[in-house]
Amino acid sequence: MSYVRTRGIGLGAPPMRPPESRPKPRQLTALAKVLAALSLTGALSACNTVVLDPAGDVARQQGDLVVISTLLMLLIVLPVMAATCLFAWRYRASNKEAVYQPDWDHSTQLELLIWTAPLLIIICLGALTWVTTHLLDPYRTIGRIDANTPVAANAKPLEVEVVALDWKWLFIYPEQGVATVNELVVPTGRPLHFKITSSSVMNSFYVPAMAGQIYAMPGMETRLHAVVNKPIETVGFSANYSGAGFSNMRFATRAVSDADFAKWAEGVKAGGDKAGGTLDRIAYLQLEKPSEKVPVIRYASVAPDLYDAIVDMCVEPGKMCMSEMMALDARGGLGKAGIRNVEMLAYDKHGREAVAKANANPNAAIQRELAWVRALCRQMPGTAPDNTVKAPTNLRSLTGAGMAAPQSLPLFGKGEQALSQPQAEPVAVNDAAHSSQISRN
Amino acid sequence: MEVVDHSHWSPLLGRLWWDAMPQEPIVLATFVVVALGGAALVAGLTYFKLWGYLWKEWFTSVDHKKIGIMYMVLGLVMFLRGFADAVMMRIQQAIAFGGNEGYLNAHHYDQIFTAHGVIMIFFVAMPFVTGLMNYIVPLQIGARDVSFPFLNNFSFWMTTAGAVLVMASLFIGEFAQTGWLAYPPLSNLAYSPWVGVDYYIWALQIAGVGTLLSGVNLIATIVKMRAPGMTMMRMPIFTWTALCTNILIVAAFPVLTAVMTMLTVDRYLGFNFFTNDFGGSPMMYVNLIWIWGHPEVYILILPLFGVFSEVTSTFSGKRLFGYSSMVYATLCITILSYLVWLHHFFTMGSGASVNSFFGITTMVISIPTGAKLFNWLFTMYRGRIRFELPMMWTVAFMLTFTVGGMTGVLLAVPPADFVLHNSLFLIAHFHNVIIGGVLFGIFAAINYWWPKAFGFKLNQFWGKVSFWLWVPGFWVAFMPLYILGLMGVTRRMRTFDDPSLQIFFVIAGIGAAMIAGGIAAMLVQFAVSVWKREELKDESGDPWNGRTLEWATSSPPPEYNFAFTPVVHDIDAWDDMKRCGVTRPTAGFRSIHMPKGTGTGLILAGLSTVLGFAMIWYIWWLAAVSFLGVIGYAIFHTFNYKRDYHIPVETVEATEAERTRQLAAVGA
Repeated sequence: MSYVRTRGIGLGAPPMRPPESRPKPRQLTALAKVLAALSLTGALSACNTVVLDPAGDVARQQGDLVVISTLLMLLIVLPVMAATCLFAWRYRASNKEAVYQPDWDHSTQLELLIWTAPLLIIICLGALTWVTTHLLDPYRTIGRIDANTPVAANAKPLEVEVVALDWKWLFIYPEQGVATVNELVVPTGRPLHFKITSSSVMNSFYVPAMAGQIYAMPGMETRLHAVVNKPIETVGFSANYSGAGFSNMRFATRAVSDADFAKWAEGVKAGGDKAGGTLDRIAYLQLEKPSEKVPVIRYASVAPDLYDAIVDMCVEPGKMCMSEMMALDARGGLGKAGIRNVEMLAYDKHGREAVAKANANPNAAIQRELAWVRALCRQMPGTAPDNTVKAPTNLRSLTGAGMAAPQSLPLFGKGEQALSQPQAEPVAVNDAAHSSQISRN
Repeated sequence: MEVVDHSHWSPLLGRLWWDAMPQEPIVLATFVVVALGGAALVAGLTYFKLWGYLWKEWFTSVDHKKIGIMYMVLGLVMFLRGFADAVMMRIQQAIAFGGNEGYLNAHHYDQIFTAHGVIMIFFVAMPFVTGLMNYIVPLQIGARDVSFPFLNNFSFWMTTAGAVLVMASLFIGEFAQTGWLAYPPLSNLAYSPWVGVDYYIWALQIAGVGTLLSGVNLIATIVKMRAPGMTMMRMPIFTWTALCTNILIVAAFPVLTAVMTMLTVDRYLGFNFFTNDFGGSPMMYVNLIWIWGHPEVYILILPLFGVFSEVTSTFSGKRLFGYSSMVYATLCITILSYLVWLHHFFTMGSGASVNSFFGITTMVISIPTGAKLFNWLFTMYRGRIRFELPMMWTVAFMLTFTVGGMTGVLLAVPPADFVLHNSLFLIAHFHNVIIGGVLFGIFAAINYWWPKAFGFKLNQFWGKVSFWLWVPGFWVAFMPLYILGLMGVTRRMRTFDDPSLQIFFVIAGIGAAMIAGGIAAMLVQFAVSVWKREELKDESGDPWNGRTLEWATSSPPPEYNFAFTPVVHDIDAWDDMKRCGVTRPTAGFRSIHMPKGTGTGLILAGLSTVLGFAMIWYIWWLAAVSFLGVIGYAIFHTFNYKRDYHIPVETVEATEAERTRQLAAVGA
């Protein structure tokens, strides 16, 4: 059972952390884990249930929650199942000893019990849900590396831009200026910040050993904050069916020490054997075409604005960016003149090939790009709101202690930081789905 | 996989061309077998001159009992198809490891899992549930038929039309390769250019018309046609759950119709509701489809909750514990089922507060559901439980469904969902509630009401064989999926890398084989029971010592159900009548006013099938002709004034006298 293999990689000793001794609020978790060892994981010890025993702290908390919630519900489920068996046996027709009351159909006390018992469990579970959903919101920066280590104040998360393609994954490392296909390498113990999008259809970015999944959708960006606590070699994949090549949308995932990560990035930058050269727009458009079982590709450099253009759906020359269209619309649109923009906006209408064909003549493409309307709709750079939710420094508010909570939590992406930017464009932040399109240029 | 060019179009046949014929050997072989079987069936019916009988007594009948039985037959036939899909998936996943591609290519496999979901929900569970409600509700409320008998026939044939289109897609063209809810952008023209998604859209739209109209019909029936004395709080609990289900249908299905229409105009007319282009939002589709989709699961389960209530009470020989609490629990579930849809996509990136809200509302549903479970439990308490087959299925349900409910609440915790979403854990969960709840309920209902419908009980031996293969088979098939989900294995995979997973899929395959045995045993049970119907005969009309009105009449009931409309004084009306020694009237009959059968429903649905087929294949002239045909024939039908007739008093007297002799013979 080796879905995830844990081992040290590279020269330096892996930064092993001391065994977790949980602080007080975590005692419930500790207790739950003991019980879990007896019940769930005990029975499953034969197999590698990565969801319950992952290498990343976020996934670990999520896995713990699976166990705690299950135990909480077993409090009522087990008695019910036992009573079902007991009553079915005791009141079988052949047992003439048992009491028979054909007209007994009401008892206020029992009614009270059967409504309040589940209610109490749900109140507990509901409270747990509220707190953990906020604590583990994938849009929120992580507040701790593991149970004992808070994130250092000056820690800079490693940013990785993830693009789901048909049917492979592209990872861009803006800080390192490199990119890979179907290979994700991250340093251990460092906060990770994934920005996720897709080129064509919906996928779901999921590395079970690291953190829970989040959808990857075209023209939009979703976020995931995570950390991997120990060196591992594992796999990530798409957890949302995306077409014929879906089964092979797997990527190797490695977590290595900081030093090894730097070394690896240097290696890619220097261009090893497998380096794919520069990932510019033309190379991207080539890569974007549907393909399956793509071996690992490493790009020594990346066009700096590529990821933004992907999210903005305007990698192809001659295409108008979505943010430009939105800025235009925000100014009230162009009326009839806007018709001139329609062709420039087509993304995959009538199939991507048709668009590619339409843009085959570079002159025509450039001409369209230079259409007069475009000049009107340049958007100011840096006006896009940052939807990241910052982890509060004090978790007391979330666990209910102190109750000063609401002000301390900028939960809706309109926190102090966003509000303090006076020039912020009035782009509506959709609470219902704050994976809303992020305008940028 | 090579890309096939399907861009051919001609004015006469649209996109239909030779490339629409089955290309894969498996499909071709199935096609040959089905074609031969179908030809044999047609030949047999012709040889035994059964067409006239079928047309007159069944196809054109507006009798709710016959329509109910036809719904059940439709559900059973489609169940066999859906299960065949399931077996193919289990075999594929059990062998496709470490470079082995299995025996299904992506194009075929992706159609199979889509068709499995679509068929099992729309054309198995829905017909079963609708069929039950159709058969039982009018009898339980002491009515002669439903409110709109012709509409009922029409609804049935529209549902069948949808099923016909799905079956046609197996042999002509392809079915959708999108998953059962056809999320865009994948289901947009850009990524699914051929006919698969169009089959999906038109099958659902046409069947949806039937479902919606049947919902309207049953609501009107329950609200307006109850026997005198049957106040709302004296309705049998199955009728209550049927009412709530139909309210859900009427409120939810228009959403499906609307969202399918939007997808249709996206695909046919170049609109951009859900496209990547021009500000279309696939996220909107996901929201809308689940605003229908979540109530849908309660549409399926609520009537079965009613079945379990009736069965538990009857076989425990006791009044249902907490009748009013049961009714309020049902109403709570009805309302709450509209407030939870977002839990199907916590991972789409909603904020923490939105996710928490929907997680908690989902958990709240488990409170009334839990209350129901306790009510059944306390109905058994101090009862005299006879473990006939319906009661066995009910106990199996209580044990199975509890686990499925628990894993469901677990998935409602958003952070837990982030690691289990779309995994095989989720698959195990919803099969746990749909098989353990809906299907076990259907089996309980079939065993329970079969004697009412046909006048003889079902064979118990083969019923028990089926039960003991089904229930353990279910656990063997789906426990491994729970474990695989915890191992991080996602759904809809065709091939796997990690060989250590294989053993779990093999075990699941063994479970599927056991279930196959259970299904076979059930078919044998039906055959043996029909064969030995004289031995299993029930003359009393009340073989289980029933408590509700359907047991007050003969088995099978006469066309008019009750010669005199019964008067109701208590919740368990028939039990009350038996206790008070109400004597059955044997004189003073009158002629009975009844609706007359018509072929219009079948003809309209047939034209709709042609319309759907023409739209799928872009055969525009045929679409126009069949559309005008539907409208024209519907108008023509409004001039049909021969819609009713009177059963002459002599016939009623003769039928009732026969019934009197029958009862005297069994000594009742």
